[in-house]
Amino acid sequence: MNCKVRIPTPLRRLTGNAAELSIEAATVGDLVGAIEARHPGFASKILDEKGQIRRFINIYVNQEDVRFGGGLGTPLKDGDEVSIIPAIAGGAG
Amino acid sequence: MAGKGAVDGYGGLTPEQMRRYSRHMLLAEIGLSGQKKIARGSALVVGTGALGSPAAYYLAAAGVGRLGLIDGDRVDLSNLGRQILHATPDIGRPKVESAAEKLHRLNPGLEVAAHEGRLDSSNALDLFRRYDVIVDATDNFATRYLINDACVLTGRPFVHGSVLRFDGQASTFIPGSGPCYRCLYPDPPAPGTVPSCQEAGVLGPVPGIIGTIQALEVLKLLTGAGRTLAGRLLLFDGLALRFDEVRLRRDPGCAICGDHPIIKGLIDYDEFCGLAADRGPDA
Repeated sequence: MNCKVRIPTPLRRLTGNAAELSIEAATVGDLVGAIEARHPGFASKILDEKGQIRRFINIYVNQEDVRFGGGLGTPLKDGDEVSIIPAIAGGAG
Repeated sequence: MAGKGAVDGYGGLTPEQMRRYSRHMLLAEIGLSGQKKIARGSALVVGTGALGSPAAYYLAAAGVGRLGLIDGDRVDLSNLGRQILHATPDIGRPKVESAAEKLHRLNPGLEVAAHEGRLDSSNALDLFRRYDVIVDATDNFATRYLINDACVLTGRPFVHGSVLRFDGQASTFIPGSGPCYRCLYPDPPAPGTVPSCQEAGVLGPVPGIIGTIQALEVLKLLTGAGRTLAGRLLLFDGLALRFDEVRLRRDPGCAICGDHPIIKGLIDYDEFCGLAADRGPDA
């Protein structure tokens, strides 16, 4: 399944500054693996030591947080839009 | 609570206020009744930097009757590229003092309370109970989780904004009727894993846009106009100049607003965020 993945700016240094990737994957977990194969070091930013999505990062498929759905097993279909959104803290100082 | 100078006649507003807010009055969604709600309303802006500057400036301009500011920092030259409440002669002054002076100059009829110091677990609940809406304009995770928990515990809505580099995020959290910040991000990142603005930079207009959106959300909360960002996270990409949004859900397992909350009072947020006695780097 071909999906469009939006990469937030804090993670773009790992994707050669690409803001959007086109990835073939059947599930969200496959998608993270496919990005890792293309851009080594990416998966460890998204997943913890147990292979779960880090709790300060959310992955959305068509605006829905996969944490409230199938998690990494969430199936993907052609044309799905995937967004990876980390918590950011800046604002005052 | 009405600001100084509100009198009866013109539905409770002075002739000067009627003229000052005349453009608001033309809006069917605001009108005289909305403007009176704004004048009776109060907001606490936590952080008077890059987000708090535009947020507080617009709230003062809009006539929010009582504004609170809390910040423990002093104005530094490196702030002036984006923190528009402060000017070059203010370098070295407490930010809340510099900010309160500008807000008074803009709109002398308002009550502005400057709380110099850091928001912490000992003062947050008392302070939050004095205001209708809280604006999260801080620069670190420890204070963001503190604001969330104190808002859940006091039932106060808060408007969240955060920025980094060219990106911004904003949302509105209303305790009891939707998700909270912990439902969105259950745990903070370990120190050093997510860069701050001090490390990664930020372009001035980006917090300007997000802080302005925060002010708009406060005015909508006070007047009941429109649809707030409750249940939605707004994402701004300044490089592509693009807004997106994702849906937020209340997490039944949330540690503070879930079905079986385990957090029933404020905790040590520096410890929760993995910081020792030291604060994290400023944004």
